[in-house]
Amino acid sequence: MKIRLPLALTLLCLAVASGAMAQTRTATDPVADPAALYRSFGEKAGLALLMDDFVHRLAADPRISDKFKNTDLDHLKSQLTEQLCQVAGGPCHYQGPDMAAVHAEMGVGKGHFNALVEDLQKAMEARSIPFSAQNQMLARLAPMHRDIITQ
Amino acid sequence: MRKQNGFLCSLALVAAGTVATDLARADTGKLLLTGGVSTVEGAAGGGISPWAVIGSNATADEVGASVNISRLKTRDYGLSTYGAALGLHDRVELSVGEQDFNAAPAVALNGLGFSVANGQHIKMTVLGAKVKVAGDAVLDSDTLMPQIAVGLEYKSTDAGTIRPVLDFLHARTTGTDLYASATKLLLAQGVLLNATLRYTNANQGGLLGFGSAAPGRDSRSLQPEFSVAYLLSRQLVVGAEYRFMPNNLEALGRAAGLGNALHQDNWKDLFVAWAPSKNFSVTAAYVDLGQVVPGVTSNRRQSGLYLSTQWAF
Repeated sequence: MKIRLPLALTLLCLAVASGAMAQTRTATDPVADPAALYRSFGEKAGLALLMDDFVHRLAADPRISDKFKNTDLDHLKSQLTEQLCQVAGGPCHYQGPDMAAVHAEMGVGKGHFNALVEDLQKAMEARSIPFSAQNQMLARLAPMHRDIITQ
Repeated sequence: MRKQNGFLCSLALVAAGTVATDLARADTGKLLLTGGVSTVEGAAGGGISPWAVIGSNATADEVGASVNISRLKTRDYGLSTYGAALGLHDRVELSVGEQDFNAAPAVALNGLGFSVANGQHIKMTVLGAKVKVAGDAVLDSDTLMPQIAVGLEYKSTDAGTIRPVLDFLHARTTGTDLYASATKLLLAQGVLLNATLRYTNANQGGLLGFGSAAPGRDSRSLQPEFSVAYLLSRQLVVGAEYRFMPNNLEALGRAAGLGNALHQDNWKDLFVAWAPSKNFSVTAAYVDLGQVVPGVTSNRRQSGLYLSTQWAF
């Protein structure tokens, strides 16, 4: 009687963990298929459309829009497309300035960063990017917070 | 004491409300569900175990608040909880929780000479403080380093006509749990893991007092707690928790010839949490408290449905 629920819990945990692992392993295993994430974002064309939506959301987001008021949005779009293409394992090479240099004087706080991540999540949702692929992309981008958040 | 607790609670809720209306800035805050939900003791985390995350929507330079109501019904008991938490700069969390436990089966103790009133409720107030000391559960996705927090929960129990029973057991009516938590979101896999280590001598979380006369255990012991959660979508999470509990009173019961009457089990649950917006989430869970004073409940397992709602600012 007493072992039933702990057993069920253990099985649930194992199922959840292996389910999550299996999903990532077959869908986008960076070892077996380094370009899998790139493909699930619709390759370069898909990323360009995603970044177009994303940049519009940033410019319209009252929490962070003032950070972009002097930005050339088209230029930003193509830089981001190149950057995410590379991060996703695509055949691109981002040659723009590094994240620390770009954001050094912007006074970006954690709240601004989280707002941007939210806007990216909403843009990915709008383009029906599978949730697992969304999280894999975020996982690759998240460590950039150390260079971007300065306060 | 009860009036004081009620006043404290109202004060906390008013404070939370005031903070919420004054500080719309907390809206920029955390990503959905990364503040956890509210535990039955008021701290942010899962349902029965605190996590290293700091509650509310507030992030680094913000202040936020959350309020929570929950209800659990088991075979023989009922538990209602009310909580409020203040999150400061995503570093410090202050919380207050009120538990209202319907201990009606305790009236069976009158056969031993006690005078427990019909439908007696046990109430417990929990004052919590938690400090994040290292790491970021969400953004440090390129390392296994978890977010780590340490906390305490000061608990004060009002057992009404059950008080003489606690006195007889030498179970105190106040106690402080100390804990440390490590929380990690494996972002690429969408899996959240938490481990909490609690240093406590609370019986049934404090509802049956703290400690015990010999040969029961009076001193605190280390009790681990585990949570695992899987993100199904940005707004939906499923998970499970397992909370080891001390079993301080059983030996005393046995020595008194009552067999396993005062045996205590570990707590566990399976839950699903849905957050349609940053300000509101609802959690449903199947909770199993195991045996709770089996002596007056014929060893029946106390499990049932738990429902909780949280408003966060």
